[in-house]
Amino acid sequence: MKYQLQYKTYGASALLIEWPSKLQEAILQDVLHFKLKITQAKHPDIIQLTHAYHTLLVVFNPIHFNADVALKWLQHLYEATVILQETVKRLWRIPVCYDSSFGVDLETVSEEKGMSIAELIAKHTAPKYTVYFIGFLPGFLYLGGLDERLALPRRGIPRLKVKPGAVAIGGNQTGVYPSESPGGWHIIGNSPLCYFDASKTPPCFAASGDQIQFYSISLKAHAQVKVLADAGVYQIENEISDD
Amino acid sequence: MIKVLHPGFYSTIQDLGRYEGQNFGVPMSGVMDRRAAILANRLVGNTEHAAVLEVTMLGPKLQFDVDVVLVITGGNLQPKLNGKSIQNNKYTRVPKGSILSFGHFITGYRAYLSIKGGFKTAQVLGSYSMYQGVSPKNRIEKGAVLEVFKAMAQDQNAFARLRVDESYISSQVLEVYKGPEFDRLSVTEQALLLEKTYTISKYNNRMAYQVEDVLPNGLESIITSPVLPGTVQLTASGQLIILMRDCQTTGGYPRLLLLSETAIAILSQKPTGGQFVFKLI
Repeated sequence: MKYQLQYKTYGASALLIEWPSKLQEAILQDVLHFKLKITQAKHPDIIQLTHAYHTLLVVFNPIHFNADVALKWLQHLYEATVILQETVKRLWRIPVCYDSSFGVDLETVSEEKGMSIAELIAKHTAPKYTVYFIGFLPGFLYLGGLDERLALPRRGIPRLKVKPGAVAIGGNQTGVYPSESPGGWHIIGNSPLCYFDASKTPPCFAASGDQIQFYSISLKAHAQVKVLADAGVYQIENEISDD
Repeated sequence: MIKVLHPGFYSTIQDLGRYEGQNFGVPMSGVMDRRAAILANRLVGNTEHAAVLEVTMLGPKLQFDVDVVLVITGGNLQPKLNGKSIQNNKYTRVPKGSILSFGHFITGYRAYLSIKGGFKTAQVLGSYSMYQGVSPKNRIEKGAVLEVFKAMAQDQNAFARLRVDESYISSQVLEVYKGPEFDRLSVTEQALLLEKTYTISKYNNRMAYQVEDVLPNGLESIITSPVLPGTVQLTASGQLIILMRDCQTTGGYPRLLLLSETAIAILSQKPTGGQFVFKLI
């Protein structure tokens, strides 16, 4: 399906393309589809191409930039039928230890939501979350698909230090902190994997459009996986996603 | 090789930025004041993409274990070679064993040191720029040894100090483009945004500059969307946040304005308490 797109200039040499303001998987698919078309068109003057939930930012080389020409080129490309080498979508199974030593907010979340910790873990591990994009920190996956019953406003006062691997809930989103950082989400567990490694190509295992499913592991298993992950030899369970 | 005897307040190796990591959440980084960094590289005979040392407020103390040629540009941080003052924008031959030191800033806030050949730090995702969690180091540390690429070009004649137009360093006018959410402001809010004189708060670094002034507004946050360095964001409580080179790749605050390249350079040269106005291009 085609959407009514809005094109806005963003500075001297960039165009921001906006889809309807919704968090919707169909919109993400169209954003990714258009992004792939642009990538495969190999425009010599495009120096950067990034997307988020419903937007795509195209940055051109300022020396040759002409907003009208760029706009027409993009509009034409969006309408054009192009045979694309579609990328394979994967489903990644991510181990998470929901032990209270990691999940420092588990109890308060469980009280707040009026459900047992076991129930909370069951609801957090049930969905296949969609990776919308990577932002905020290197390797931070923006995931869609959190069970509404787990949605919770962010903490009033953010923590100054959240540990790498912390699995957390903030608003209607869930995610994993890839590195130590300040953070205002509620921490319910920890994942021992490496989410960003600049020495690898690509530096993140997951890509936009992929799916993530968490599964619960013990403290002991967490320690074992962490040794392998830190050594860069842990194989993350994954399969080609047919959704 | 160059030995770091003292790192200074905040000194990092930077080039023109990292273009390969935005889709993995990696900031662009790169020199804050491109104009000064490019000048430093050009004067020393490097390409504009060579890595330079960006020095902030209080410069480092460096010892050269090799003969080098250097140029310092940007803010005047009172550079001294073996205790004797040297000038900015001047092609300077430095014999092995020399010590380069800096004083406090007189003009500007950031200086750029370019060495003929360019600094050779780890290249990650297509860039030499330092950034926490991406490059092995996020700044230069005491005792570190910095390597330099062998200069390819022949030695140039040490020409006299050029007359360089540095008026931008003291300029208080930041030229801006309208950002994607500018039109969400009411006409009164737009006028206020563009009329005010702003004062830089103590919250200023390579990631963002904040100002002391508050702009009351009725804007709602946006769905998280890509941002570019130089973007002026407005929070619901009225804080203006001007994103700089190390900013995150995406943001959720309305993007009111975008600074021109020159405006980013001007702002980079301003310390806490510095003042400026916006001017629409």
